[in-house]
Amino acid sequence: MTTPLDTILASVFADITRETVLDTRLLTVDGAALYEVLKRLKTYPDLDFSLLLDITAVDYLTYPKRAAARFVVVYTLRNWKKNYLVQVRVPVADPDTGLPSVADLWGSALWAEREVFDQYGITFTGHPDLRRILNHHQFKGHPLRKDYDIHAGQVCTEPDSLEPEIRARLKVNGVDDSTMSDINTEIMFLNIGPSHPATHGAIRIFAALDGETIMANVNEIGYLHRGFEKTAEHRTYNQIVPLTDRLNYCSALMNNIAYVKAIESWLGLAITERAVFMRVILSEFFRIQDHLVCLAANLVDMGGLTNYWYLYNEKEASYDLISRLTGARLTSSFTRIGGMAHDFYEGWQDDLARQLVDIEKGVNDSLKLVARNRIVHDRTQNVCVLSPETALSYGFTGPNLRASGVGFDLRKDSPHYFYESFDFNVPVGTTGDVYDRMMVRFEEIFESMRIIRQAVKMIPEGELFAADHRYVLPEKSKVYNSIEGAANHFKLIFEGVRVPEGAWYDSFEAANGELGFYFVSDGSGTPYKLKVRPPCFYAMGGFHEMVEGEMIADAIINLGSINIIGGELDR
Amino acid sequence: MALGLEAGLGDSVLTTKLDTLINWGRQYSLWPMVFGTACCAIEFMSAAASQHDISRFGAEVVRFSPRQADLLLVCGTISYKQAPILKRIYEQMPQPKWVVSMGACAGSGGMYDNYCTVQGIDSIIPVDCYISGCPPRPEAVLDALMNIQEQVRSDSVLRERHQDFKGILDTP
Repeated sequence: MTTPLDTILASVFADITRETVLDTRLLTVDGAALYEVLKRLKTYPDLDFSLLLDITAVDYLTYPKRAAARFVVVYTLRNWKKNYLVQVRVPVADPDTGLPSVADLWGSALWAEREVFDQYGITFTGHPDLRRILNHHQFKGHPLRKDYDIHAGQVCTEPDSLEPEIRARLKVNGVDDSTMSDINTEIMFLNIGPSHPATHGAIRIFAALDGETIMANVNEIGYLHRGFEKTAEHRTYNQIVPLTDRLNYCSALMNNIAYVKAIESWLGLAITERAVFMRVILSEFFRIQDHLVCLAANLVDMGGLTNYWYLYNEKEASYDLISRLTGARLTSSFTRIGGMAHDFYEGWQDDLARQLVDIEKGVNDSLKLVARNRIVHDRTQNVCVLSPETALSYGFTGPNLRASGVGFDLRKDSPHYFYESFDFNVPVGTTGDVYDRMMVRFEEIFESMRIIRQAVKMIPEGELFAADHRYVLPEKSKVYNSIEGAANHFKLIFEGVRVPEGAWYDSFEAANGELGFYFVSDGSGTPYKLKVRPPCFYAMGGFHEMVEGEMIADAIINLGSINIIGGELDR
Repeated sequence: MALGLEAGLGDSVLTTKLDTLINWGRQYSLWPMVFGTACCAIEFMSAAASQHDISRFGAEVVRFSPRQADLLLVCGTISYKQAPILKRIYEQMPQPKWVVSMGACAGSGGMYDNYCTVQGIDSIIPVDCYISGCPPRPEAVLDALMNIQEQVRSDSVLRERHQDFKGILDTP
């Protein structure tokens, strides 16, 4: 089917190879034309790809079919207004010469290109600060290259100083020695983290201060880099589900759902209606959990410890329900390709309804403390303002982007799982300050409750798994009583679900924003490559834009308000 | 760790009594320093919250400055990038100090047997108690705390602990 996007792409890029993969338009260009193509995608008014979602690379060294070049870099872009998704593939002739950097077009490219450089060793010429990001500065080699041994750990003996980086950033902000002698003071360098109560995990914030005002800020991440992507290349598709738990561990089940949804989309596997409703109910329930933790921690940073008890107690009580359902409190591993691990237990509706009432009470109690509280207003309003342009440029998605006034929500803009049939609103902020980010999350809790209550009324009885036994385990009676069933079971467990060859991207509105998965399959039961598009990573990439010029104490609450989760940030 | 006074007294009756007195005090006023990096830190938050209430064991004064703490709780995966920081934090803690390794990752690398994850923090710092689980339940944290209390109670205040420990980051 030819869509308006196809027509525009055909007229703008007449001489470029175009394909359609799921809902993505795929352009294949060469390195020389890359910058021009990406620039046109961003600036051409009908295209307006304002979000650069992700950049990654594929190493085709051990791929069964011969590829044109060993390395291919893939750019994923989105026009959020019209729900256009485009990927640009560029074969890299020589990784040392590399590709031109697009950091002047999108801020998100700054960190995305650093990650590709770190993991694959592909250079981006013109990048202002191309160095490692996830691995430590003493690391040799590039771990996601296929010829790098997964077990080859390298010891790091001392942390990076970050001094050249902060000096460079000061220069960018126009602070040099002469300015400093004018104001008759000295810059103080302050290091927060990686082990610090305010960093909510392992992040290092390095700031240059004039008094208490931040003049320049650089951040270092990668302290929780656990090699998700390399490990995934050594697991079968269903074995990766437990790994996804540990991405955003505050809403583990949403990651499970996002991950299997991406595979099911590629397989064209339609799951049963009951499974769809289960996924909607559970993902909204986990969205609430995620926001509860974020708000509880954020308010503790401001000194509002009472809020922590009100909000966190409800999370704790929700764990009882979650562990009754999944057997685990935090790491649920509750989805399988084609369905869910188990059905709901008997009496779940009552438990859930009661829990929602309790959460509502906890949230309202907390809101009573903050919503009309002058101290909270003074502390959060017009603090660390993020403009919509900056937010889009740095690839912010989810509640953080909506707080800046951009009403982009994949549940509305790219509906899946019957989201179009639920009655709910997408809360949008006006200023993009800390207050908006908090309040958007508070409101989203109430909207998620509305969705859950509607879905609970609508959920049909029936099967939990799709009946396609190429991908879904056969029933136990068949496994034990027939040779076909036993063989089917054996092959699915040992070889994994065989996923047809190809490369595709699929995404999901997770609690923190657009959680995307980019797969390359060689037709076997193990992904050839799996890249996560983590919403946190890009939010943290734009952190310095929010805090420079603000007070150091505001940086702390700002970090809490954008909800950085280490597992997802560093993978 | 000799307090100075009892060092001169040796293994006398008085010192034994001192052991009992000091250990009794230490046992019920452990000040944890939470080195929370990952999922396990969320479960530690649960252990500290009201339902599980770590203050029943006298260990609710969570210090984020290692200089004020005597119990290091390592909650989460330690990567090679993180390792020198963990070691420095440990070194900043005054003696006597105890270390709990919480969860599969801290204990053994857990499910991350790969290029970036330290395969057990006991290759960097000495560990006194391991908690299994991925992540462990809050009850397991409390169990480990009681185990540490038992170790504190039965130890002599004169003994220097983990003196001959050598990790991969220690200079040979």
